[in-house]
Amino acid sequence: MANTVNLTINGMSVQAEEGMTVLQAAQKAGVYIPTLCYHPDLSIEGVCRICVVEIKGQRLLCPSCAYPVAEGMDINTHSPKVREARRTIIELLLANHPDECLTCSNNQKCELQRLAKELGVQQVRFEGARRDVPIDTSNPSVIRNMDKCILCKRCVRVCHEMQSVGAIFANKRGWDTVIAPPFNKELSEMVCVFCGQCINRCPTGALKGNDPAAEVWEALSDPDKHVVVQTAPAVRAAIGEEFGMPAGSLVTGKMVAALKMMGFDKVFDTDFTADLTILEEGNELLHRLKTGGTLPIITSCSPGWINFIEHFYPEQLPHLSTCKSPQQMFGALAKTYYAEKMGIDPSKIVVVSIMPCTAKKYESERPEMRSSGYQDVDYVLTTREAAGMMKEAGIDLPNLEDGKFDLPLGMSTGAAVIFGNTGGVMEAALRTVYEVVTGKTLENVEIKAVRGMEGVREAEIDLDGTKVKAAVAHGLANARKILDLIKEGKADYAFVEVMCCPGGCIGGGGQPHPTSEEIRKKRAEAIYAEDSGMALRKSHENPAVLTLYKEFLGEPLSHKSHELLHTKYTAKTKKKAKA
Amino acid sequence: MPLYRSHILVCTGTTCVLKGCTAVQSALIAEIKRRGLENEVKVVETGCLGISEKGPVMIVYPEGVTYCQLKVSDIPEIVEEHLLKGRTVSRLVYTGPVTGEVKPAHPGRQKEQRIVLKNIGIIDPTSIEEYIAYGGYEVLGKALTQMTPEQVVAEVKTSQLRGRGGAAFPTGIKWELTAQAKGDNKSVICNADEGEPGNFKDRLILEGDPHCVVEAMIIAGYAVGAKTGYLYIRGEYHQSVAHTEKAIADAKAMGLLGKDIFGSGFDYDIKVFKGAGAYVCGEETALIESLEGRRGESMVKPPFPPTQGLWGQPTVINNVETLANIPHIILNGGEWYAGIGTEKSKGTKIFSPCGDVFYPGVYEVPFGITMREVIYELAGGTKSGKPFKAVLVGGPSGACVGAESMDKTFAYEDLAPGAGALIVMDEDKCIVDTVNNCLKFFVHESCGQCIPCREGTKRMYEMTKSWTEGQGEEADLALMQALTSNLALTSRCGLGQVAGTAFATSYKLFPDEYLSHVVGAECPTGKCTMTNGGGKNNG
Repeated sequence: MANTVNLTINGMSVQAEEGMTVLQAAQKAGVYIPTLCYHPDLSIEGVCRICVVEIKGQRLLCPSCAYPVAEGMDINTHSPKVREARRTIIELLLANHPDECLTCSNNQKCELQRLAKELGVQQVRFEGARRDVPIDTSNPSVIRNMDKCILCKRCVRVCHEMQSVGAIFANKRGWDTVIAPPFNKELSEMVCVFCGQCINRCPTGALKGNDPAAEVWEALSDPDKHVVVQTAPAVRAAIGEEFGMPAGSLVTGKMVAALKMMGFDKVFDTDFTADLTILEEGNELLHRLKTGGTLPIITSCSPGWINFIEHFYPEQLPHLSTCKSPQQMFGALAKTYYAEKMGIDPSKIVVVSIMPCTAKKYESERPEMRSSGYQDVDYVLTTREAAGMMKEAGIDLPNLEDGKFDLPLGMSTGAAVIFGNTGGVMEAALRTVYEVVTGKTLENVEIKAVRGMEGVREAEIDLDGTKVKAAVAHGLANARKILDLIKEGKADYAFVEVMCCPGGCIGGGGQPHPTSEEIRKKRAEAIYAEDSGMALRKSHENPAVLTLYKEFLGEPLSHKSHELLHTKYTAKTKKKAKA
Repeated sequence: MPLYRSHILVCTGTTCVLKGCTAVQSALIAEIKRRGLENEVKVVETGCLGISEKGPVMIVYPEGVTYCQLKVSDIPEIVEEHLLKGRTVSRLVYTGPVTGEVKPAHPGRQKEQRIVLKNIGIIDPTSIEEYIAYGGYEVLGKALTQMTPEQVVAEVKTSQLRGRGGAAFPTGIKWELTAQAKGDNKSVICNADEGEPGNFKDRLILEGDPHCVVEAMIIAGYAVGAKTGYLYIRGEYHQSVAHTEKAIADAKAMGLLGKDIFGSGFDYDIKVFKGAGAYVCGEETALIESLEGRRGESMVKPPFPPTQGLWGQPTVINNVETLANIPHIILNGGEWYAGIGTEKSKGTKIFSPCGDVFYPGVYEVPFGITMREVIYELAGGTKSGKPFKAVLVGGPSGACVGAESMDKTFAYEDLAPGAGALIVMDEDKCIVDTVNNCLKFFVHESCGQCIPCREGTKRMYEMTKSWTEGQGEEADLALMQALTSNLALTSRCGLGQVAGTAFATSYKLFPDEYLSHVVGAECPTGKCTMTNGGGKNNG
């Protein structure tokens, strides 16, 4: 237990722990201090100076996010001097910021906008040159408009610290500083994995997803098109936040109802193909165990993760499961199995995905993802973008009656919904593998050892005498740790789950803002709640999946499965730059 | 070591190079050879002698005659008359009587008290033997063999030496904090990233007496328990780098650096690192970032370098001039040093008056000297003879001080000298134009991290620029004041904190001149070109 330090904050006597920052001490005492470059997921940057406070005896105002508490410290968080300083800083930012708030993608969610209001900025006294750099639209996932950037470097920090990718840096110096890939290249030219974690942490509209809403609206209003939508597991545990609901609100039924109101012909569930993934991937694991194939087998559901391993660890590609992600399995089946079954011309089917993810946008456009003979998934909307469309359609999501997914591609189990959480694919796979291998019924399906928010987690599963070691990692910096262990021959895992984003898909780059571990934990709880409330909780018990095998695929890893549900990976040779 | 009857020190500092010293030096070497004197007379390149205004400059020893404003055509006469016949070529002599000491450049030089600059222009900076012959490395031996590290730190504390880079932090306390901090890879950094316009003292020291800094860094390393010293030298200081690298190599060859120095069991090495040109790298945390191979950007403080500096380890960072005092303090004792200067400002300070002064140069004087003495006696008053208007004390980051402060004394308790630059302006100079130039510098040198400095300096510069063009608005003056105080209170490092100082201080002194520009669109000195047609002094 750290030593207690006695402070005065705004005249109140307050106790804090030694080693805390002034900001932490204030938060603990319930005193609000505005912040901008500070982010709870990231290291301290201390550059925006919005969180400055007045500390008695100090000549300068001190950044509370970086300033450690000390015994007897007398702090004023909102003195006239502090308020004037904060206002001036916001004015300086606004003087170099496009006046586009009303049409900005981040309108009403922008932290700069909120601070301007909150700090009483009613005019901008400064004027002069403004940053004018081209918008980077080079890729399907992330659009970068650096004219709106305030150089808080949250994006840089998340890219380097949490993801260990390092695609973006500060280029140039001083007033000309621009956050960009090295040498001011476009994102598509560098090692960006398109995870979108930068977007999740951007306080302004400088970063956003590449939004296909207009195309989706057009498809929806085209009577010739049969437009189906699939929703990823993590979306239902977060989309409510876009409508003002608290983090952790589970809105599966309301979301389905909203999508039906928007005019989708069928509302399906990516959970269906998540169950299917378990059967394919579980069997792939068993096959590799039996035949001495490459181990550990590593999951392949997370497209940001796939981009990462293709860029940084191409020699370890044989470890990846050959399974496509559930999104892409869905697309391939929608335009083959479903089209056949319903007698719909697949060229008229439009597959829309709602994903917590921006890398899914890139994934859907990969040339490998056309095994139906068409682009398997046509449009990928993030959770945020889907909510935007719902609002545009006048849908009041929180107050809708629950709707139900359509069949057959809307049928799923609890094992599928937990794909949204880190450790979920592992848990779902173990539920099935255990029963397949042992022939026994798994009584307690909740495998707590693989749950949680620890960056890397290990578990050993007893398959009736055969011990299988498994590991789970989320966030690419953690994935790197496991890959390095495998590279050094220090890992004896049979099965590894990697999710690109912190917390898994519930923390994906397409999810609502803001994000923090606290918020991600609440979303994860919602996902687990959905699982525990379901009658079927094991993928191999999904009747629609069993029917699919019977009617169409034959068996797991069949020729047809390979054709439609599996893929190959390619080593990428784009330039890498290290911090 | 061969013996020469005469040494000629040719200044090859930047200014003298610009004035043609290279050709003069080549001509001198050729002429000496032609006359068959190469075994009797040695030509030595030295760093800036502080009088490059009159360059090319050379000093002939043992007589100590300084020749100035040399041309290639003067060389045969000097060789013939001085070196062969022993007669001084009086028409080329700089000034003053012939003595064995460094020449008083002009009468005011007698006000100098040289401690740090003792060897400058006397010894060959590339010869470790000459440094040793003048007492060099004796103090190092004393420190390493007769004193404990604690005693060294105590001596520095007793001296009350304060940092000479501008911030004036007590050096002894910095050393003590570093010595007491835990770490197995402590460092000493000599900050020679002299970037403040108007300052050129550190260059003079490193060019003219590099061993003195090397010796001080070893002593500092011993005192705080460091294994490595880093000399971070401004990249443009080619000769400082060359002389320092030679000094380090020579010291290593003599066992003064490396393993078990003086049999004391103390191991120490020094590495030279060239800065890449960012002014902010003179700020200690930015310098450390740069040394570690990242962008030169200041870091959040605390932690401060004495507890967490280079590679996260305790680190002492001292300015060149600060360190150059150390051997003298250890040699003569802290009490001796504390006897020089004023009550709160001990020792000497090097000033580099420049701009509109008669004798721009580098002068070392004890604290407590008045500004009048430095500007009128040492620097010889204004070059034009016109009335003095103002001086930027410390450079663009310093305060603008007017004639009313002429009898203030340079001391931390009175008129703080910054790093020692004195940019003097006579009455013809436009204050607004000068401040505009200072702000242009800060916009260019802002690292761009923190909002107040990055955005604030830009807006300030845009305003002053508009004033010099007659495009100002009265409200601008209040905005400038608001920005100045905002930057001073909230910027992350010293660069932003002081960017508005020149404006704030000069506005107090010359409000009418500002009003005339901003409201009247007139420049009283006629320096600014007003573009809106107003103003009677458009020239």
